[in-house]
Amino acid sequence: MSAGTLAPARESDSRAVRAVGLGKRYGGDHLAVDGLDLEVPHGAVYGFLGPNGSGKTTTIRMLLGLIEPSFGHCELLGEPIPGAAERVLPRVGALVEGPAFHPYMSGRDNLRRLDDADPTTAPETAATRIDLALDRVGLLAAARKRFRAYSLGMKQRLAIAAALLRPRDLLILDEPTNGLDPQGTREVRSIIADLARDGVTIMLSTHLLSEVEQICSHVGIMHRGKLKIQRPLDTLTDDAARRVAVTTPGPEAAAAVLSELGMDDVTRAEGRAGALLGDTDADKVVVALVNAGVPVHGFAVDQPGLEDVFVSLTGEGFDVSG
Amino acid sequence: MSAAEATMDTVAHDAMEGGRPRRQLLRSELRLMARRRRNLVGLATLCLIPVLIAIVLAVVRPTQGESFFSVLLGNGLFVVLATLAIEMTMMLPLAVSILSGDSIAGEANIGTLRYLLTTPVGRTRLLVVKFASLVIGAIVGVLAVSLVAAVLGLALFGAGDFVTVSGVPIGFGDAAVRIGLVAVYVALCLVPVCAIGLFASTMTEQPIGAAIATAMFGIISQILGNISALDWLHPFLLTNYWPAWTDLLRVPMAFDSLGKGLISMACYTAIFGTAAWARFTTRDITS
Repeated sequence: MSAGTLAPARESDSRAVRAVGLGKRYGGDHLAVDGLDLEVPHGAVYGFLGPNGSGKTTTIRMLLGLIEPSFGHCELLGEPIPGAAERVLPRVGALVEGPAFHPYMSGRDNLRRLDDADPTTAPETAATRIDLALDRVGLLAAARKRFRAYSLGMKQRLAIAAALLRPRDLLILDEPTNGLDPQGTREVRSIIADLARDGVTIMLSTHLLSEVEQICSHVGIMHRGKLKIQRPLDTLTDDAARRVAVTTPGPEAAAAVLSELGMDDVTRAEGRAGALLGDTDADKVVVALVNAGVPVHGFAVDQPGLEDVFVSLTGEGFDVSG
Repeated sequence: MSAAEATMDTVAHDAMEGGRPRRQLLRSELRLMARRRRNLVGLATLCLIPVLIAIVLAVVRPTQGESFFSVLLGNGLFVVLATLAIEMTMMLPLAVSILSGDSIAGEANIGTLRYLLTTPVGRTRLLVVKFASLVIGAIVGVLAVSLVAAVLGLALFGAGDFVTVSGVPIGFGDAAVRIGLVAVYVALCLVPVCAIGLFASTMTEQPIGAAIATAMFGIISQILGNISALDWLHPFLLTNYWPAWTDLLRVPMAFDSLGKGLISMACYTAIFGTAAWARFTTRDITS
């Protein structure tokens, strides 16, 4: 609604967020971000995923004009960043690397300060907008408390309120549910869903894959400074490898049949056998098993989930990429 | 939800219609400064000095005779001068150093800088507003100290004839004007300190570091100013013309050193202001 009236004429190739060959080099040779081609369509809820240290936050800081790209360029809502930052950023709400406010000021005064700093909002409506934003994140009752007395979840809520101080066309949220209790997490998800319904584009960086599966329409996965994959969520797993799983008292015999069918990566375990489906027709597998006299208690074709895709792209290792 | 949304929409409309006067950020900045307890305690400490000076002078006041002091003490405005002379050696520059060292680095340190800049506040605009608020802070400091000194001095020592540096007594009105000018000059001396502190503040995320660097700059300048072998260097030192306010108390007033002092202040302010701008507008904000 509001977003629709505020948005500029949208060219067909316009994107809410676009990065072309975007990169950031630190200290001569360390590439924090390495030639990123990022495209977030208008109206998308874009899940920006990646392990710790994969360059997500550096990317977000470049998108918001906080740090200068070493190469490549980026734009928000069709305007170049950092060139047009002052013109376009009022339409962009951002949460970067957690909440940060003045500890000795109340939540309301902190929002007031940010609103004072925004040259495009009207001071007369500030009090109303601040209370609406506080209400939306459930902080109205704690509005007069000093920020330092807030819990982690309340701090996070205040940061989200700051992003909602005025209607936005784009929200860039870096781990918005970090530190929230389950209720808070649900509320934030529903706020995001509401905003998305209103046509606000949302770019969401997170570790929580379930969150992405619940609310995102698009996904981009970063690893070691590179964007490994970027596509609509529903097509993400399309060409990922599907597996068959056979539940049977005779796993050896079943595995032999699967091998005969030319399937790769055949596994056998107690009461189970499995293999990569590949180009084989799933219907033929059951027929072959039955014809070979293998008792089949159960048969399934497993579509890999987001987590499988994520791990296959970013590795199993627990260590952060340096 | 729908009611709230409707309100949000009308509010949004208003937000787009009316631009916001740019003073708003400066006002917010001053509020931030005035509300910090540390700053209020600092201001109170600065104001304690004239109280101490006035009390000490009142206690040791010579009861009779022709001593130099007894002549000076005919007018309580002398306390203002004594206070400013003492506080400019250390306390006022230090207070301004702390205030200005905190200006950008303090926001970077707690992370609010990234949110201010994405609000967005243009970097140049933020720097200008910060500088303006620092100068206002310095003026308030000098003014508060001078007022306390004047009120207390006049209460304890009366408003008799004021003896100038030239030895010529002048009337109360004339003396008050001159001492007002002294306060203005002293406040102007602190403007380059604001610029230096602002520059230091753009170099680090540690406000204490920036404050110490700024204070050291003044202290080293004073030390070098005391080494007579370096007298060729003295005209270029930050603090060289600070004591020139005594020329305002001559009959007639002498403006030579004062003029040079103003030029020196303008140069320092321009150089460090530009350096702060060059640094801050190109810096990566990673805090």
